[in-house]
Amino acid sequence: MPDAPGLELIRGEIESVHPGAVLDSGFEHGCAGLSIDPARVLAVLGWLRDAPGQGYRFLSSLHAADYLPAEPRFAVHYELLNRDRVERIRVKALLADPGEDALPEIESCCELFPTAEFQEREAFDFFGIVFKGHPDLTRILLPEDYVGWPQRRDFPVGGEPVTFTYNERNYG
Amino acid sequence: MTVNIGPHHPATHGVLRLVVDLEGEVVQDLKPVIGYVHTGIEKSCEDKSYWKVIPFVERMDYVSYFFQMQAFCGAVERLIELEIPPRAKYLRTIFLELNRIHSHLVWLGTTALDLGAISMLWYCFRERDRILDLFEMATGQRMHTRYFQVGGVIEDIPLGFAEKLRSFVAEMPVRVEQYQALLDRNEVFLSRTKGTGIVSRERLLELGVTGPLLRAAGEPWDLRKAVDCLAYPEMEFKIPVGTVGDNYDRYRVRVAEMVESTRIIEQALEGLPEGPFIAEDRKYVLPPRSELSTSMESLIHHFKLVTEGYRVGPGETYYAIESPRGELGCFVLADGSAKPARVHFRDPSFVNLQAFRDMSTGEYIADMICSLGMLDPILGGVDR
Repeated sequence: MPDAPGLELIRGEIESVHPGAVLDSGFEHGCAGLSIDPARVLAVLGWLRDAPGQGYRFLSSLHAADYLPAEPRFAVHYELLNRDRVERIRVKALLADPGEDALPEIESCCELFPTAEFQEREAFDFFGIVFKGHPDLTRILLPEDYVGWPQRRDFPVGGEPVTFTYNERNYG
Repeated sequence: MTVNIGPHHPATHGVLRLVVDLEGEVVQDLKPVIGYVHTGIEKSCEDKSYWKVIPFVERMDYVSYFFQMQAFCGAVERLIELEIPPRAKYLRTIFLELNRIHSHLVWLGTTALDLGAISMLWYCFRERDRILDLFEMATGQRMHTRYFQVGGVIEDIPLGFAEKLRSFVAEMPVRVEQYQALLDRNEVFLSRTKGTGIVSRERLLELGVTGPLLRAAGEPWDLRKAVDCLAYPEMEFKIPVGTVGDNYDRYRVRVAEMVESTRIIEQALEGLPEGPFIAEDRKYVLPPRSELSTSMESLIHHFKLVTEGYRVGPGETYYAIESPRGELGCFVLADGSAKPARVHFRDPSFVNLQAFRDMSTGEYIADMICSLGMLDPILGGVDR
């Protein structure tokens, strides 16, 4: 965990290289976090990975979350890890819901972190977040022909019709 | 030629489908197809109060259920900033390490079975049964025990448990030696595992692989050592690492880990501190049964906890521990209500499975089966 001044230092350095990329930074329950502009995600992740003295080379987890009713609604979380100093930093890219049938979009980080391939597919599968530049962005856990994005907060639990019709037919 | 293997095949260790491109017997390319046991656990968790989520998440990776509980409980404890008492830390450590041995035994038995060593399955499951007996004695269940609670563990260990555990811990290293005697000089086993499934350390790190697979390639990365978690900082143990990163090293690393786990259990049992086994905070922890008939306040707390459950203030956290398969992370997003807004598990099997293509291309299809066993994916954890 970088400490509070360390996190501000990181923020300042990113600001000097990529102005406007970091929207917010802060500590939460002992985890350092950066909230970034989704259009600049690759620049920030690449900087954290390659800039001297940073070395957040290991992407331990990539996952999405839905903050409904907050706006912007979706977020992609990148849990980066520096294994030498055992420091974790969370990079959070907030994505607005484009509305109608359009899907939120963000650049894929598969080139930087090949481990993201499955995890980005999972985020696409459950939240409908499109990762531009992903080599094979298809559903991974749900059936190919599934309609809907079930991990979104407005998708009801039990929204899946159960096709056991025996009781209905016989006992109506 | 393209061959489809699975989803129902004993050598795929679960419901995993592999689409394999072959030229003769040599694998040119392969693609794992997953999702056959996806049950929407993460979504279902959003509809349950925090304490009811615990039995749900246990059923993801059904071989290392204590680790799933620890990941979730640890994440919630961090969100509500609840410190667990020292005795609970030690008890959790004991059960996690027992579970690690249990998981490695299941792995060793089934993988050796894939390679034709049928007797290994019976030997490994014999010891596994002793661990399950211990689980049953302490928790009432053989699998999916729901033993860890937010704040500690649900009950103290019963009378006689320590003796039974001690005799198991004394016996286990001898058993491990017997497994090694069966396999280490077995010509068939050696020629099947040595020099197969090699992936370089750099590539494994790129692919996010953790756990015994990474350690077999010579990287001594273990979250038990790296971060301050439970009673591990007070324990003395080694991290076994391999040199080449082939299937043989993976086998050696896991077998050595079983012995190290028995050492941890031994130390934790010796140093088990006295005191409460669960935190005293009545806002999150059920009051003891005896108080319910004497204290009105306890009755109110009890009623609140079992009907609505406790509320967790808005926040989010990612909490990672070292499971038998690597980094098991749990992300919990709380929105201030009594139910989590999102529970996500970074399952090591799911991430490690991406390395399978690198492990298998350019090798015989028979070696691919061996590599899959050594990868040790639990499809319940992959699909969640």
